[in-house]
Amino acid sequence: MDLLLSFVRSLPGAFGQGLAWGLMAIGVYLTYKILDVADLTVDGSLATGGAVCAVLISLGWNPWLALLMAVIAGMLAGLATGLLHTSCGIPAILAGILTQLALYSLNLRIMAIGDTAKTKATLALSVDRNPLLVSSRYVRALAVNNPLLLLAVIVAVVIALLYWFFGTELGCSIRATGANQSMSRAQGINTDKNKVLGLVVSNGLVALSGALLAQYSGSATIDMGRGAIVIGLAAVIIGEVLLGKVFRNFALKLLSAVIGAIIYYMVITLVLRMGLESTDLKLLTALVVAIFLTVPYWKEKYFTKAKKEVKTDA
Amino acid sequence: MLELNNIYKTFNPGTVNEKHALNGISLKLNEGDFVTVIGSNGAGKSTVLNAIAGVWPVDSGSIVIDGQNVTGLPEYKRAKFLGRVFQDPMTGTAATMEIQENLALAKRRGDRRTLRAGITKKEQEEYREQLRALDLGLEDRMTTKVGLLSGGQRQALTLLMATLKKPKLLLLDEHTAALDPKTAEKVLNTTDRVIKEHNLTAFMVTHNMKDAIAHGNRLIMMNEGKIILDIGEEEKKGLTMKDLLDKFAEISGSSIQSDKVLLA
Repeated sequence: MDLLLSFVRSLPGAFGQGLAWGLMAIGVYLTYKILDVADLTVDGSLATGGAVCAVLISLGWNPWLALLMAVIAGMLAGLATGLLHTSCGIPAILAGILTQLALYSLNLRIMAIGDTAKTKATLALSVDRNPLLVSSRYVRALAVNNPLLLLAVIVAVVIALLYWFFGTELGCSIRATGANQSMSRAQGINTDKNKVLGLVVSNGLVALSGALLAQYSGSATIDMGRGAIVIGLAAVIIGEVLLGKVFRNFALKLLSAVIGAIIYYMVITLVLRMGLESTDLKLLTALVVAIFLTVPYWKEKYFTKAKKEVKTDA
Repeated sequence: MLELNNIYKTFNPGTVNEKHALNGISLKLNEGDFVTVIGSNGAGKSTVLNAIAGVWPVDSGSIVIDGQNVTGLPEYKRAKFLGRVFQDPMTGTAATMEIQENLALAKRRGDRRTLRAGITKKEQEEYREQLRALDLGLEDRMTTKVGLLSGGQRQALTLLMATLKKPKLLLLDEHTAALDPKTAEKVLNTTDRVIKEHNLTAFMVTHNMKDAIAHGNRLIMMNEGKIILDIGEEEKKGLTMKDLLDKFAEISGSSIQSDKVLLA
């Protein structure tokens, strides 16, 4: 009973984390599902978003402006990966790893801006001293400063914008690039440019997620993004497995990634209450993603009877 | 319309896999020409086509389409001039996108992709009409994902996409080779109709000698990266399989039969 009560009490917090991570999951959805690239930049760009936002707020910037700068920083990270991949011919996964590694050094420097130290691994924010947009302190408050409200609005706005964008000529050409590169080039689509653009948008969203997480949890840390790609994938996959059959519309597919992130954090909260250490989470997350990726593959491989092709008389 | 001047291409130069794929190809197509291209495996038929499309840069020589030198242009920029249908039905369409979305992508071939709507209501009506002409019932399945279509349906759709915006040159790369005979014939008939209707200049690679004779107004035979035979409209009218085989034996010094045995 105590377990259940404490779990229920911690649900709003998990919900908030899920919403903030949901933006990151949308970013992962764009690269993994639409561009067909597993982009490992995100582990770095999430922390970059947090670092830029936290530093600027602690320097007295307007929090919205700080959020915007964090997004721009994330987009630059995506640009770096994109150019390494397309202009330098480095495989996408390796290009992401290179940017991620470089960002580790950069993030340490960013967080030390305005400080006497040259590098800094954590930067604390306080809702008492800093004008934060979202803070987990008020997550159970019945007031407008409840972070869940603003997070939900931001998620809704992001989904609406992406829904519009991927319906435009440019957005359609990015989807085509991920679906079939030969076809895209034959239709005059610059596939390299589109891949870069997709990575820029994706990492902008990931940095936005990092910036909100830093405010929500009250600190930016150098390793806040460690394993982020796997959490993002977990959210995307959970959302797809649970809602893929019901949610057909593109906006709903993006929403299902956010719901996946929320469910992920609820499950994590539950297992933590049941006595697991928070350091065990990475193992657990890796297992969850591995299992969810394995099941469809095995289903296809071992349980499909000689599948008849859909063939009508053409 | 198309001018190839002394094109050379070697794959994997300096390695054991070195392959001189194109050995000085020169060719001039006039507007309205429908050329069929034959030759044994490895003769360079599809390689010429890929050189024109710009899949990779050629080693030397120049390619001129409609008076514009495109030799240095990347594939996606040449797309403005070209309609393409590939051998593999999977290559020409985006499987995870809707039929109408694929058509909308093709409608904008060569245009700058802007932030305007990717597909409009007016277009949808136009596509419905065009699909009806294919006579495959696709006009009622406009929002179906292309991945659910059969190979023949996908090739017919790719053909429509290639000509939705009139190309200067239509490139067909053994586009019926992966289909069963009945479907292949249907797609070929559609090809003929579309070429005639839009008065297109076309370049059709095929491994089927009968098709090469039956279609088009000009026939080219390739061997070892060279054009060894170029038959014009008048001569092609009375051409038979036997004529072609004899000519091949005469020019190359070996017969196609023995060539096939060697390759088998």
